[in-house]
Amino acid sequence: MNITVRYFANMRDRMGRAEDTVSIDGDAVTVEELWSKVSPQEGLPSNVLIAVNMEYTDGSRVLKNGDEVAFFPPVTGG
Amino acid sequence: MKVIVQEGLFDPYQETRDYEEKCLPVGKHGAVVTFVGTMRDFNDGHNVSSMFLEHYPGMTERHIEEVCEEAAQKWDVIDALVLHRHGEISISEPIVLVAVWSAHRAHAFDACRYIINYLKERAPFWKCESTQQGKRWVEHNTEDPGVNAKGLKQSA
Repeated sequence: MNITVRYFANMRDRMGRAEDTVSIDGDAVTVEELWSKVSPQEGLPSNVLIAVNMEYTDGSRVLKNGDEVAFFPPVTGG
Repeated sequence: MKVIVQEGLFDPYQETRDYEEKCLPVGKHGAVVTFVGTMRDFNDGHNVSSMFLEHYPGMTERHIEEVCEEAAQKWDVIDALVLHRHGEISISEPIVLVAVWSAHRAHAFDACRYIINYLKERAPFWKCESTQQGKRWVEHNTEDPGVNAKGLKQSA
């Protein structure tokens, strides 16, 4: 399956890119497993927020083909 | 209710008047409460010269709309308007407007405070400040010391 991965704010700086398109074999891949593919050297930062298809979720969320996953720091709007 | 996330500068007071004139039924509201968030020249002990506000197009609007809908379920809200900037913002410029119309002031005050507090907690925006030491991402928002968002939720 194909997953679009987006990084915002200091997560984009940390990754050195704004987006990845990831192809993964298997049908029960979690967000944490996706992270280990896009960032094999470094674990998921403790304060990172995760969204799948623009809804907040956590690392145990199981992904499906076509999902858009976003990683970003705590929000600071307003 | 209307939510707009835009790059351009806006006049929050003119926007409030224009929206009221175009969208509010005449004679039904007895209160309009507005919150305008503006750009300070200091933050966390540093002088700040400007700011870039990043957002997640689509998700940002969706979550502000959800917060407005929650407020309308908790209080008697006739209408609400939220405008939020993104992109480059200069000192003293407005960043966000929350305007809430209600028949009575208590509902308008509480709903307005709920919307701005939960917007700050959930809507995906990130501030990058320019200081004398260079650019830095803001890591946390200032808290509302009077009645925080969760306190409002409990009392609703």
